Amino acid sequence: MTQLAPERLPAAAPQPPTPASTGGARRRPWHRRVPTVALYVALAVMTLAILLPLLWIVLTSFKTDFDAISRPASPIPDPFTVDAYRTLSSGQQPIFRWFLNSLAAGALQTAIILVTASLGAYALARLEFRGKKIVFGMIVSTLLVPPVIFLIPNYLIVESLGWLDTIWAITVPGAAGAFGIFFLRQFFVGLPVEIEEAARLDGASDLRIFLQVVIPLSRPALATLAVLSFLSNWNDFLWPVYVLLSPENLTLQPGLSVLSGAYSTHFGIVMAGAVIASVPVLVLFTLAQRQIVDSVAASGVKG
Amino acid sequence: MADPLLSPAARTSRSARPGAPRRDLTAYAFLAPFLVLFALFVLVPAVYGLVISLHRWNSLVPVHPFIGLQNYVDLVTPGSLTFSDFWSSMRATGIFTVFSVPLLIVVPLLAAVLLNQNLKGTTFFRGVFFAPYVLGVAVIGVIWKYLLDPQAGVVNHLLGLIGLPDQTPWTVDVPWAWVSLVGVTIWWTAGLNTVILLAGLKGINADLYEAAALDGAGTVRKFWSVTLPGLRPVMIFVTTTTILASANMFGQSFLLTQGGPGTETRSAIMYIADQGLAQGNMGAASAMSYLLFAVLAVISVVNFRIQREKA
Repeated sequence: MTQLAPERLPAAAPQPPTPASTGGARRRPWHRRVPTVALYVALAVMTLAILLPLLWIVLTSFKTDFDAISRPASPIPDPFTVDAYRTLSSGQQPIFRWFLNSLAAGALQTAIILVTASLGAYALARLEFRGKKIVFGMIVSTLLVPPVIFLIPNYLIVESLGWLDTIWAITVPGAAGAFGIFFLRQFFVGLPVEIEEAARLDGASDLRIFLQVVIPLSRPALATLAVLSFLSNWNDFLWPVYVLLSPENLTLQPGLSVLSGAYSTHFGIVMAGAVIASVPVLVLFTLAQRQIVDSVAASGVKG
Repeated sequence: MADPLLSPAARTSRSARPGAPRRDLTAYAFLAPFLVLFALFVLVPAVYGLVISLHRWNSLVPVHPFIGLQNYVDLVTPGSLTFSDFWSSMRATGIFTVFSVPLLIVVPLLAAVLLNQNLKGTTFFRGVFFAPYVLGVAVIGVIWKYLLDPQAGVVNHLLGLIGLPDQTPWTVDVPWAWVSLVGVTIWWTAGLNTVILLAGLKGINADLYEAAALDGAGTVRKFWSVTLPGLRPVMIFVTTTTILASANMFGQSFLLTQGGPGTETRSAIMYIADQGLAQGNMGAASAMSYLLFAVLAVISVVNFRIQREKA
């Protein structure tokens, strides 16, 4: 850092002329400001393209069926009503049950991934053992295999385990993916080994080092993996559509598809369902936005 | 013989690095929980799927006779039971991939360059662009089914207000269904590629831009000579994962167009899942999934080679 500082100064050299920019304000910033404004306009257009449809959906969920399709369309519900939400909570489609199912499945799968992936990643990052290269190679090589080839055999495996239409079907097979262990292994490799060495000299076992040194140091990575695992389970669609059968066992995503079929002309109700399915993930995303986006971004740069 | 034995020992004595001595038992004890899952739900099914594809395997019939490569032969024999449906679904996936992948590279690249201009609020915009991705495909499907509904949808209504055709059959006729599927997919996932490419842009050495500027390169020249070459590794990752994601398209057409009109937008995954899991035609469906896998593997390798050789 200290070495960089003097080098940074000349880079910041264009700054001194700024006193003059009060005088030359019209010329220099004119040159610079037009593109800057254009850039902000472009960003604003893209932001609106994302937010306006979402806003329209939220507002539609407070409309009556008639209002949702009336012309000319107005964004403001008239009358404002929570009928759609009331219908959903009392209707034949148990959306709040689906909500709890999604929550439970997301939490269970995340827990399985955190435990199995962190233990395995510790071995891959820190222990020398026979077959390490083969094990790691196998795990990495499945990262880019399209999931479709597992669809039918895993259906039969899940069926023979008696897991069809249970929470196990939508949590355990999905926890076997290579991403979690790969992600944590990369993180563990980057941790400084000195503390572990000190603990080892004090006679600590591997399990103790793992639990009392590595895990506490890895909280950010574990939190990131937890959020990514939860999101991917929450948003899973194809698999639960086929392995969940009874209406009360569905999760929100396949449930939403059922809802959209059952209320195909009641757009307000379907949009209320979409809002219910979105709020938890949007809240989670808003709270951990920087961390989620950073970790997703890093997954590509490192990979 | 002596060398491999000596070197780890030497390392141990030098720094007592954890992990230097071999501890097979400990390591496999740590790996066991993951490996059990990995074996049962990744390795076994990868082989099991191949086995299934070699049998006449219908889940409604208790006997599954071995038929060798017949399921694969059927898939490439015009006039067989599955031939035309399978290839029309492959065609649908192909159309979707060909149109979505370039847009899912170019739009995020522009957005990433925009976000890399050291403007204020970049983190906020980055978050907004990414936000649709955290909504699942079912949410995306049902909301756009409403927004794009030819009669009730607000998209046609707004187009009408500015004097454009307001009867476009966005979800019920081609080519509009393709425009919708591709457009909705971009709306949904462009933010994912944007944040990855943005991280790639941030990783490009700023000195290269200064050097290019000293050589008299303008903005456009710098983009082609510094930015794109600097992004190459990230670009390989993004194109590979985007091709895979587009080729695996399922939810969008399941929800938005129901594969229609007819079976025009029924993707390969949609057909495979329907044949294998809804119709119980598991042998043929497994063969299809392996054929799709082989096609994707070839495309990935070709894509990787092309982008590598540009370096």
